[in-house]
Amino acid sequence: MLAGPHFDARRRGLAAQAFFLGALAFLAYAVARIGLANMRARHIPVDFSFWNEPAGFDIDQHLVAYSAASTYGRAFLVGLLNTLLVSALGVVLASLLGFAIGAARLSANILVGGLAALYVEAMRNVPLLLQLLFWYNIVLEGLPRPPQSWALAGHIYLSNRGLFLPTPIFAPAAILVIVACIAGLGIAVLAWAKGQPLLAALAAIALPVAAYFVGGEPIGFAAPVFKGFNFVGGTRLLPEFVALLLGLSLYTAAFIAEIVRAGIQGVPKGQGEAAAALGLRRRQARKYVIVPQAMRLIVPPLTSQYLNLFKNSSLAVLIGYPDLMQVFAGTVLNQTGAAVPVIFTTMAVYLAVSLATSLAMNLYDRRVGKGGA
Amino acid sequence: MSALAERPRFAARIDPLRRLFASPASVLLTIGCLALLVWVLPDLLRFFVFDAVWTANDGLACRAPGAGACWAFVAHKLPYFTYGAYPLAQRWRVDIVFGIGAALLGWVLIPRAPARKFGGGLLLLVYPIFAFVLLEGAPALGLVRVSSDLWGGILATFVVAAFGIFVSLPFGILLALGRRSNLPVLRLASIAFIEFMRGVPMIAVLFMAATMLPLFLPGWLTPDRLLPPLVGVALFASAYMAEVVRGGLQALPKGQSEAAQALGLRFWARQRLVILPQALRLVIPAIANTVIGLFKDTTLVATVGIFDFLRSVDSARLDPHWAGPTITTTAYSFAAIFYFVCCFGMSRYSYYLESRWHP
Repeated sequence: MLAGPHFDARRRGLAAQAFFLGALAFLAYAVARIGLANMRARHIPVDFSFWNEPAGFDIDQHLVAYSAASTYGRAFLVGLLNTLLVSALGVVLASLLGFAIGAARLSANILVGGLAALYVEAMRNVPLLLQLLFWYNIVLEGLPRPPQSWALAGHIYLSNRGLFLPTPIFAPAAILVIVACIAGLGIAVLAWAKGQPLLAALAAIALPVAAYFVGGEPIGFAAPVFKGFNFVGGTRLLPEFVALLLGLSLYTAAFIAEIVRAGIQGVPKGQGEAAAALGLRRRQARKYVIVPQAMRLIVPPLTSQYLNLFKNSSLAVLIGYPDLMQVFAGTVLNQTGAAVPVIFTTMAVYLAVSLATSLAMNLYDRRVGKGGA
Repeated sequence: MSALAERPRFAARIDPLRRLFASPASVLLTIGCLALLVWVLPDLLRFFVFDAVWTANDGLACRAPGAGACWAFVAHKLPYFTYGAYPLAQRWRVDIVFGIGAALLGWVLIPRAPARKFGGGLLLLVYPIFAFVLLEGAPALGLVRVSSDLWGGILATFVVAAFGIFVSLPFGILLALGRRSNLPVLRLASIAFIEFMRGVPMIAVLFMAATMLPLFLPGWLTPDRLLPPLVGVALFASAYMAEVVRGGLQALPKGQSEAAQALGLRFWARQRLVILPQALRLVIPAIANTVIGLFKDTTLVATVGIFDFLRSVDSARLDPHWAGPTITTTAYSFAAIFYFVCCFGMSRYSYYLESRWHP
């Protein structure tokens, strides 16, 4: 009864797995033993005791209070926030541009379609690092020095020293405005889902504005002022930040454009024809029939592009923007020598974001998969 | 009724040129695009072609006011861009490796070439060993040893890319099979490896390889500078390749595997003869995309001290002998053209292959 090919296969499978596990365990043991011995011999720390020691180096851009006297743990936080900042802004910019170019590629106007195709091919076939170097070393170097800096809208100045913005100043009542913003957005999303775009727009705009005046205009701005050789006051964004943001957004936009194009082309032609047969105008057909179905194809690869952008922000190392990789896996690792804890922590951060996103994507897939088709 | 039936055909027959002026919005867009081209193209042509400096022995001519791209600089630095710090007297070895590699690649990639399987065998089994021995050197054969620390430029880029492809294809296939295996240990190990590699940036993997590999190897096995990035790139690419191959395996109807089983084929024979040939063909464009991504990612080995092509270009532009306002633009443009030709060529070739198999 137990003899025969089936039984054989099972036993073979078990044996193979046991062998594999054994080999893996032996390898892990050997590597750990050698590694620990090597590190002890070279006095390399293997624990996190460095975390609360003073870092002793400055970081040019910090979203939270930081100085050379701060701890390594604080440096980690600064790097992490810088990574998140450039990624979040990059995702927004890349999406706006990517959707626009994706739509342009589908244009019946061959000139528009051709230029969009040219953009996509040029961006996709040149390494991101080269593009970052281009923005950093050519475009930003070519910008005027602070005295001649370009005044963009409303006290925003661009020069080769970076981008200067007015700093928002929050009075205690500002919390009212922030709460109103969140509430307004929530109501807007609900109203949008119920098909009432007017109410949504009203909630998103009117609520925060009302709160702003009710709270006695609690948010002011300190504009950067040119003094001597540079700007004083305001917030300065590093040239490295501007280059990284530009490079990441323009590069990722090309991939997003392709995803958008594929998504819209992936909706069967019959859908558009059926919508036309129902008497929908082209604009209506696009809004109610094509785009909702295309979004189902677009969202999963789109999130993986967002993740790519997040991971690619680590190229900051190569142009000197103080992101997580540069500050922590670079400077902190060099100073403390604690290779294992530092690399482990850095990996864990990227991994946590990636896994959380793919988990959310799986949930989305399951919901959409059941809801439609 | 007849008007409705006519419409699609009518739409299909519209002259693309007439679509440029189909509606007021289209006219505006057309004019905008034309204005952009008229604004940009003459300047580009002037800089890169008409005002460019083609021959010069130093940066003097390129520093002249109004001078365009300094191609003389590229011509002068081309040996450095190609070989890096590889010793001058030994560069013929690199030329031979490049030449034979190109010949073998041509043999394998041209669909009508005779005995392609034999060529493929040579390329995959014999050529890597031959190339390694020739580049690294073997005193026993009368070839001076050239430490891989000296390999640079296009040579380093190609070595990293070739090694990555060479390892990631078979390893990726194994990982993909492992992920779909019904042996839980193999499956979990494959999933863990793939998700880990895909969840972290390549630079983190390179940092890890560069800092940890020397720590975790026994003392008698000290790796040189090139080995850690090679390992890092290969492992990283394998995870992406595995997901591509898995896509192909999933797309294949289950009946294929069952039919092969019914014919009495064992697991490996099934994969080799029935499943993989079909599954890999299904995902040729995705494999090509992964290879292109890998090729672009080789630029990141600069983070761990390898002077690959891009890093050589980036460092050559700082040469005071040639310093001038146009050098950086020239250097980066040259690098961009190099990468564009390689990547765009690969993607075109994959479309061509796909159209041959799915006409």
